[in-house]
Amino acid sequence: MPTLKIPTPLRVYADDQSEISVQGDTVAQVLDSMIARYPALSPHLFNGQGELRPFVNLFLGEENVRDLDGLDTPVGEHDRLRLIPSIAGGLFE
Amino acid sequence: MTDLPALSHSEILRYSRHLLIPEVGLEGQKKLKAASILVIGTGGLGSPVDLYLAAAGVGRIGLVDYDVVDFSNLQRQVIHGTSGLNTLKVESARKRMLDLNPDIEVEIYNEPFTSENAMRIAQDYDILIDGTDNFPTRYLVNDVCVLLGKPNVYGSIFRFDGQASVFDATRGPCYRCLFPEPPPPGLVPSCAEGGVLGVLPGTIGTIQATEALKLILDVGEPLIGRLMLYNALDMSFDYVKLRKNPNCKICGPNPEVTELIDYEAFCGVPGHDHEVGAVGGGWDIEAGELAERLQENNVVLLDVREPHELQISHLEGAKLIPLGQLAARLSELNSADEMVVFCKSGTRSARALELLISAGFRKVKNLKGGINAWAKEVDSTLPIY
Repeated sequence: MPTLKIPTPLRVYADDQSEISVQGDTVAQVLDSMIARYPALSPHLFNGQGELRPFVNLFLGEENVRDLDGLDTPVGEHDRLRLIPSIAGGLFE
Repeated sequence: MTDLPALSHSEILRYSRHLLIPEVGLEGQKKLKAASILVIGTGGLGSPVDLYLAAAGVGRIGLVDYDVVDFSNLQRQVIHGTSGLNTLKVESARKRMLDLNPDIEVEIYNEPFTSENAMRIAQDYDILIDGTDNFPTRYLVNDVCVLLGKPNVYGSIFRFDGQASVFDATRGPCYRCLFPEPPPPGLVPSCAEGGVLGVLPGTIGTIQATEALKLILDVGEPLIGRLMLYNALDMSFDYVKLRKNPNCKICGPNPEVTELIDYEAFCGVPGHDHEVGAVGGGWDIEAGELAERLQENNVVLLDVREPHELQISHLEGAKLIPLGQLAARLSELNSADEMVVFCKSGTRSARALELLISAGFRKVKNLKGGINAWAKEVDSTLPIY
């Protein structure tokens, strides 16, 4: 199964998991399977229209899925995906 | 390059370990002496950047920061010392850098980096290094670099994670190509979580300094078009490819952004000089007033910090719901109750209040300045952290 790496800032919405196995043949299906398991992640990844938010970057291997076929990008059995968050330094507190 | 500055005998001795490397050599060391770098931020990232650039002999280094050295900075901001507490960060850093290397020039700008002063300050430097801690200033640094055609050596940190890249729109993508928009304030978990391993900015800042030196020396493969991802717990360094976004609003072929904008409005958060830990609009309560209210009324205290923070300080009888769980646990709260929400210093509780208000809660207040303000003004037996 493909794996998806969850960045530290989003782990709080994903049961503190750093990496999960996901199901699906496309990026969209993989994300659906992830959201089904961790619904609290959804508002952090998608806008109201179900599109990836502009500050969310999902990489398949070394490539941003935006530079591939976006949500339609095919995902293979052994592929590794990772979400890359926008972090500012964040020492607000 | 005939116009490079000469090195004195003392400089030749000082930099002898550089001169022995063929990739630097006498010519490279002269390039470093002729170079100028502007470092935005003199904090966790800026500390190692400033120290290593000074030690390496970068001829002119500019420092922008408007803050003073705080006790809680010293856990990671190693350019400052206990003797420099409450002094200006740029002064404290300059003193240390000139002690390390009196042969360089350090120019200081004791002011926030803003749309009004950024172009004026940045135009005289070859390279900018982004050592800031907030989105508005990061977008500002990026846009200044794109508009002036200068490289932006980027680094960012969160807890155990770090990112680094070189954004040079003349040769590759810019920060906006990767992050066209900042996350809306309510969706920034970094604010809710806070905290950073002290050595982490040391790792990332040192990488930024390395990249800046490589750019000056024109050696190796810069992080242009690559984002480095570091995790200290896994001790992993990963890389992903970054490509120029053809729709980028500032470095694309049809830019919408052709001059600096209002970055605080763009990001929906204050970049600097904001009142920390307050909501405004009558939604805040001072620690002293809360102490009085607690004696008279039945006020529900809601603590939105993380469980491990209770070991540092806590308020008796407070209900704990970490901010990240609040949306899912609203049913545990009664909107008829008078409620005061607090966290460490008021930032997370301000977010919690926005969430509660949007869910229909009206009898809620934010403890301004958080439990730290309570410790300072009401109960000195509690530590401030």
